[in-house]
Amino acid sequence: MSATLPGSYLTQGYTLGSWLATRDHKRIGILYAIAVTLFFFLGGAAATLIRLELATPAGDLVSADTYNKLFTVHGVVMVWFFLIPSIPATLGNFLVPLMIGAREVAFPRLNILSWYIYVLGGLFTVAMLVEGGVDTGWTFYTPFSTMFSNTHVIAAAAGVFIVGFSSILTGLNFIVTVHRMRAPGMTWFRLPLFVWALYATSLILVLATPVLAMTLTLMALERVLHIGIFDPALGGDPLLFQHLFWFYSHPAVYIMVLPAMGVVSEIITCFARKRIFGYRFMAYAILGIAAFGFLVWGHHMFVSGQSVYAGMVFSMLSFMVAVPSAIKVFNWTATLYKGSIVFSAPMLYALGFVGLFTIGGMTGLYLATLAVDVHLTDTYFVVAHFHYIMVGGAVMAYLGGIHYWWPKITGRLYSEAWGRVAALVIFFGFNLTFFPQYLLGYLGMPRRYHEYAPDLQLLNVLSSGGASILAVGYLLPLAYLGWSLFKGPPAGRNPWHAKGLEWTTSSPPPPENFREVPVVTEAPYAYDPEEPVR
Amino acid sequence: MNERAGWVLPAASEAAQRVDRIFFVLLAVTSVVAIAIAVVIVVFCIRYRRSARADRSNAPAGKPWLEYTWTAAPMAIFLGFFAWGAVVYAGFYGHADGAMPIFVVGKQWMWRVEHPDGRREIDELHVPLGQKVRLVFATEDVIHSFYVPAFRMKQDAVPGRYTEVTLTPTRLGTYEMHCTEYCGTDHARMGGRVIVMRPEDFARWLAEGGRRSSMAARGFAAFRRLGCSGCHDPRSTVHAPDLTGLYGRTVHLQDGRTVVADDAYIRDSILLPKRDVVAGFDPVMPSFQGQASEEDILDLIAYLKSTGGREP
Repeated sequence: MSATLPGSYLTQGYTLGSWLATRDHKRIGILYAIAVTLFFFLGGAAATLIRLELATPAGDLVSADTYNKLFTVHGVVMVWFFLIPSIPATLGNFLVPLMIGAREVAFPRLNILSWYIYVLGGLFTVAMLVEGGVDTGWTFYTPFSTMFSNTHVIAAAAGVFIVGFSSILTGLNFIVTVHRMRAPGMTWFRLPLFVWALYATSLILVLATPVLAMTLTLMALERVLHIGIFDPALGGDPLLFQHLFWFYSHPAVYIMVLPAMGVVSEIITCFARKRIFGYRFMAYAILGIAAFGFLVWGHHMFVSGQSVYAGMVFSMLSFMVAVPSAIKVFNWTATLYKGSIVFSAPMLYALGFVGLFTIGGMTGLYLATLAVDVHLTDTYFVVAHFHYIMVGGAVMAYLGGIHYWWPKITGRLYSEAWGRVAALVIFFGFNLTFFPQYLLGYLGMPRRYHEYAPDLQLLNVLSSGGASILAVGYLLPLAYLGWSLFKGPPAGRNPWHAKGLEWTTSSPPPPENFREVPVVTEAPYAYDPEEPVR
Repeated sequence: MNERAGWVLPAASEAAQRVDRIFFVLLAVTSVVAIAIAVVIVVFCIRYRRSARADRSNAPAGKPWLEYTWTAAPMAIFLGFFAWGAVVYAGFYGHADGAMPIFVVGKQWMWRVEHPDGRREIDELHVPLGQKVRLVFATEDVIHSFYVPAFRMKQDAVPGRYTEVTLTPTRLGTYEMHCTEYCGTDHARMGGRVIVMRPEDFARWLAEGGRRSSMAARGFAAFRRLGCSGCHDPRSTVHAPDLTGLYGRTVHLQDGRTVVADDAYIRDSILLPKRDVVAGFDPVMPSFQGQASEEDILDLIAYLKSTGGREP
């Protein structure tokens, strides 16, 4: 496809075999991009059916059991096969070595192995779906999953267990790469915030994912052998499962959102043509979120029968983890001050992220407040809250990043106008889909219901209508980015006049990234708003 | 049922009023801050758009005092909300002196309710206005969660233990009740209604439905039917602890621990008798798992209470 651009990583062989046997981090990033996109649309198809069912109060489109399988599949696929690998494994794989001036990641073979493990886990999951699916919810709560569900619980857990190893390998690779392979002069406080974010994310991947693997293993053993870890009849405790599960799954939220924060930091400085405001605070905030993120899991359990005092400790720590998030929003805002702002497509996605993340973060405060959480937990308020963070936040940032680095990755430009239209359609469709869900939650509509009280229909119809707009918004980039892949004009080295080592090499980059090892002599984001830009 | 007329959820308990107060203060504070951030972003975006002529000299790349301020200010506000929420939350679980107990057992996919005088209901809960009620939850199978939006109250029913909340209904009416912990096929249909009645109507309602035995009387019947009396009756020849007046007493165990004989202890002793063996007795009691239902156990506890003892 890029035969006109000789000497790039894309021209190092055109056969399928040259891709499947590659060890080039850039090609692996693209392999991941293709795979996660397929899973995104699979998870999206389940979401579409869910919203269609909820357009009417009666459960008339699918049966209760089918609905239960649909939201389970939506959760499993979106969390483990899209959101967690999305930014780290695609943009991270492509960009971390480029941004630190390295020729490769530290372990190229482990890198391609991680992709194969991901595909294996994915095939397991697809096979499980074809066989009839699973109905436990993505949370696999015991004793429902161990003693009551008649669906393919073990196969589903096996898919998630397997894909976890690809996360661990990716995380390990980034940690070693950032420690050992930075170019001369690339000190820790000259690292772009995207690299800081990926570094912190990698620590979480390596430390938390094994706990998920153990938890799912114990759940499967309990289901098959009744070993008595979670079953009270055998002396076990079902709440133990929740503690173990959320010990992974709360930090997993930061696996999704920290890389998103990194992407947004890159985009905002570039299109405001200004140094990021408070670089060190931003870096420390990333580490703070990663560290505190390990200490708040119990806030998923305020009504579970957990001790009241444990609830208080987890509530306070949950408020504390919101502080660095607030700092980041303020610093992005301050970065705009005295900038020279251009509203290109990536910038629209990034500004959309800031707005949606702010709403998602603030509604998190309601859920951290113990007494209020008792009312709101397990209602649509929670559904709205985490979709604002994960879809409004992480997916907006992922798309912003794809647009921002697209010219670098493919060497081609896309239609700016269509890029902006898609960003606006997604922003509008997203809010119409999920804002009514906050109201539904406050009014007492429980989540995971395929039937509901008729007086809640209007809000549900608004949400389903918004979802159809959102679906169009997500399909648009497939069209114009697909067009760009074949017909887009050449982008040149640095179409955005951006700073950062990745923009100093050709687009698409040569196989070894840099023809000469770069030497770094200045702080990141050396933008000057008064400097004219052509 | 249309309890949300005009999209306003009724507040039908003391807890609901307290929760709403925090909720709406949070709504006010977060709305003001969110709008302020949005205004600042929009103003910056317009004033500093590339085509605009603006003063861009000395653009700051950080201002430590400002950053410390906007670290400390949210932290102070957050601590305030934390404390407020924690105090109200603790009130849901506080000592329930003088509260009327009602027992709620979840089961795929229904709620079974038992009042101390023996009246039972399914998927309905009658409670008296203005009177403190202690709801005690158990489950026969998976985790369920009892949720009454109008009370702003939710509590999981967890296998293997009792959970409870106290609440005081403050508004007459009929309100929705749901299960909010996903529990399988008919999770969305597991629910019903809560009816708040005047105390005199409630007393009349309790007395309706003809003659029946109280929970304690049913517990006594279960005590014989399940064969407990064969060993635990004071006249029995088998060497087993006498349970008369047990409730609330301190029990010394074989392994040196001491426990207070509360609901959870009695429940565990019936289902997991090998766990807490009383000092001086052999661990010969079989488990009644599968024989005694959650309701039988609640009845047995009520019976043991009726033989004396005190609230732990």
